[in-house]
Amino acid sequence: MPVGRTHRLRHLRVFRGTPEDGGELVEYSVPVQEGMVVLDALHWIQANRAPDLAVRWNCKAAKCGSCSAEVNGRPTLTCKTRLSDLPEDIPVQVEPMRTFPLVRDLVTDVSWNYEVNRRITPFTPPEDAPEEAWRWQQEDIERVQEFRKCIECFLCQDICHVLRNHETRNPFMGPRFLVRAAGLELHPMDRADRTPYLRDGGGIGYCNITKCCTEVCPEHIKITDNAIIPLKERVADTYYDPVQVAWRKLFGRRSEGGSGQPIPGQPSADGS
Amino acid sequence: MSRARDQYETHAHDVLVIGAGGAGLRAAIEAQAAGASVGLVCKSLLGKAHTVMAEGGVAAALANVATDDSWRTHFRDTMLGGKMLNNWRMAQIHAQEAPDRVRELERWGAVFDRTRDGRILQRPFGGHSHPRLAHVGDRTGLEMIRTLQDRAVASGLAVYMECTITRLLTDGDRVIGAIGYWRTTGDMVVFRAKAVVLATGGIGRAYQVTSNSWEYSGDGHALAYEAGAELIDMEFVQFHPTGMVWPPGVRGLLVTEAVRGEGGILRNNENDRFMWRYLPDERRHEYAETDSEASRWVEALREGRQTDARQPPELSTRDNVSRAIYTEVREGRGSEHGGVYLDISYLPPELVRRKLPSMYEQFRELAGVDITTGPMEIGPTCHYVMGGVRVDAETGASTRTGLFAAGEVAGGMHGANRLGGNSLSDLLVFGQRAGVGAAAFAKEVAPDKPGSGELALAGTELAAPFDHHSGTNPYRLHAELQATMQSLVGIFRTAEDLETAIERLGELRAKWATIEVSGPRAYNPGWNLTFELKNMLICSEAVARSALQRTESRGAHSRIDHPDPDPAWAKRNSVVSRDGDQMRVGHSRLPEMPAELRELITP
Repeated sequence: MPVGRTHRLRHLRVFRGTPEDGGELVEYSVPVQEGMVVLDALHWIQANRAPDLAVRWNCKAAKCGSCSAEVNGRPTLTCKTRLSDLPEDIPVQVEPMRTFPLVRDLVTDVSWNYEVNRRITPFTPPEDAPEEAWRWQQEDIERVQEFRKCIECFLCQDICHVLRNHETRNPFMGPRFLVRAAGLELHPMDRADRTPYLRDGGGIGYCNITKCCTEVCPEHIKITDNAIIPLKERVADTYYDPVQVAWRKLFGRRSEGGSGQPIPGQPSADGS
Repeated sequence: MSRARDQYETHAHDVLVIGAGGAGLRAAIEAQAAGASVGLVCKSLLGKAHTVMAEGGVAAALANVATDDSWRTHFRDTMLGGKMLNNWRMAQIHAQEAPDRVRELERWGAVFDRTRDGRILQRPFGGHSHPRLAHVGDRTGLEMIRTLQDRAVASGLAVYMECTITRLLTDGDRVIGAIGYWRTTGDMVVFRAKAVVLATGGIGRAYQVTSNSWEYSGDGHALAYEAGAELIDMEFVQFHPTGMVWPPGVRGLLVTEAVRGEGGILRNNENDRFMWRYLPDERRHEYAETDSEASRWVEALREGRQTDARQPPELSTRDNVSRAIYTEVREGRGSEHGGVYLDISYLPPELVRRKLPSMYEQFRELAGVDITTGPMEIGPTCHYVMGGVRVDAETGASTRTGLFAAGEVAGGMHGANRLGGNSLSDLLVFGQRAGVGAAAFAKEVAPDKPGSGELALAGTELAAPFDHHSGTNPYRLHAELQATMQSLVGIFRTAEDLETAIERLGELRAKWATIEVSGPRAYNPGWNLTFELKNMLICSEAVARSALQRTESRGAHSRIDHPDPDPAWAKRNSVVSRDGDQMRVGHSRLPEMPAELRELITP
């Protein structure tokens, strides 16, 4: 971290530990510079107090979504959270994302997300579409582009109470992957139908629209309103609209979304 | 306590790709499609590589906006921007194949911004004579990496995340795999492969002020060097003109060139639009003559129509704009925090937020500045290394058998200075070619087994820092390295500074061998940094020695003691290679460009 004028000290309580030792909050005093973010403070601790403090980060520019943690109990990107925006009278508490198994200190095992992602039928354009078909208007893709802003920080997965409190042992893909599915479903050239997968393997019914995911999204994607609710409507139309049901019986389904395999179980706090 | 471990896991593939940014992903997809078994190794989680930070766009002569654009003009711009030091064949292949690679991304699901008639929109950028950058607002890199990532995962190739490679395995005359450790456990892992593709990006973390993420520690450059491959043109390090300068924690963070592409104006503390004074004479005719001509150009751009107005002076090449800003600041005309002002606030706020959403957020949230109402403070930041592994233009093969390279880790494509937008296209074009090259090579050779000596050595290297009791802290050593490179091997260079730098780097290398690390091996950043420091030290020495050797100024390499280009050096690539424990520096003759291509540049 660049050296500059030091104004005063801020106190941080940082989670240190592993699944084996259970971990504890360790207090550090950090000299503060103007504009400093939580990740700057963690880097200062690494360089000056605890060289082995485990922190996952990459760009420090809110573009890669690696440095997710819970600051004062709220899921956030530590590279984007300014110390000056946090209450001065209490120590800044920094803990790992609680929904995912702990690796060490502030680092969690987020590999479950990559497993879920793999189950979603990828982009499927028609093979024989003429060049002209690949033209579309900016207005037609704005919603898709909103969903594609996702930086996969997994903060929405972390805050989602279905995943966080393990309210179900049944599969639920979580907000991040509903956003991805919505981006694919709304792509002007995509021809796959992911509705059966969203209902069954993806467990879209478990979402009860509390909008916590939207609140923590650093990219300000309107996850609930723009992605999840329209997908829920699509599922409802397909399965509960009598015309659609009759149509399906007569002509069969379009290509099935999803690989048909179950998603692995919920991430669990004990790391299993 | 000795932590050498006897147990390690082994994976075998036809092709091993190291690095999962744009080039690595594209190479892996291509090698897999060619029938090879592919393993893709990355230091971070998949999808977090540095490509994700690319903002402004990918350069390709699609001719969607300027209908008279072609590969020939793209080739010409690239060679002129690189001060004719580019490998002409790479520049030609790049210009010819970039449009197909971009259209292919669209077929794989990328959603670029559109023209009014529904095609891929292209924006202007510095040094490009035509609006040429396909883009998605100012988050083009994210779009690219996500599209490639989804494609790669769907293809079923093996991905090894959070795995650091510390050494390439060789059997004497060829590269036969790599060895490293899992970041989450610290355990050693061996990869056997018939061909290895390096796609590890750049070296920017060797500098104090950089736009690069922590990953950019020159791993591939150093791995190639250690394995006996040649590096070329390492003195050419690009300082992007516009990085944030305030607050301190974000100093160096990139401010996309798209701000200038959309009409951003540079001014000093006297409110003077200083770029008018820095346009090189030989290209002055390509730029507007007056403020009003530049305004007309911006106006036409906004309205999506053709114009006879020429582009604003802010769209000069990056090497030139960086030197201009540096000079303004040094001569006392800088902003409050040691930069200059970049202003886009004269455009409608809604337009700024739509065209530059990430910049709007970045300044609002990290600096408390609203770029729709006032100027940004910016200054040069270390951004890109033009130099890298010497490769064959057609296949990406390095000078070491079985070793390939693509993207920023490879040298030659960009010559003495890279044009904005040419990096993302480089990743796609040469990633694809290295994938083909490596898969074809793998078909021709039999697998080989690494010797037990090499594996034992790698294991000892990994364990060593835990056994030292020197008190040498890796973070402090890193800070010393960055201070050395920043102050002595920066934008302007002299023989005296470079000699001092080389001496200091020698001292730092000696200190490196004694670094002391504590804690466990599992996710231990101090221990991880130790291996990255080794790579940064090798790259830094290569930059300093090559810079000392090149007694001229060209592109991004500016020597105060040799301020002019030298015709003799115009024909030479610098070459760095390993000679035992010593770094050998020399030069080789630049490949001769065929006459028909030469005519495209000077008709």
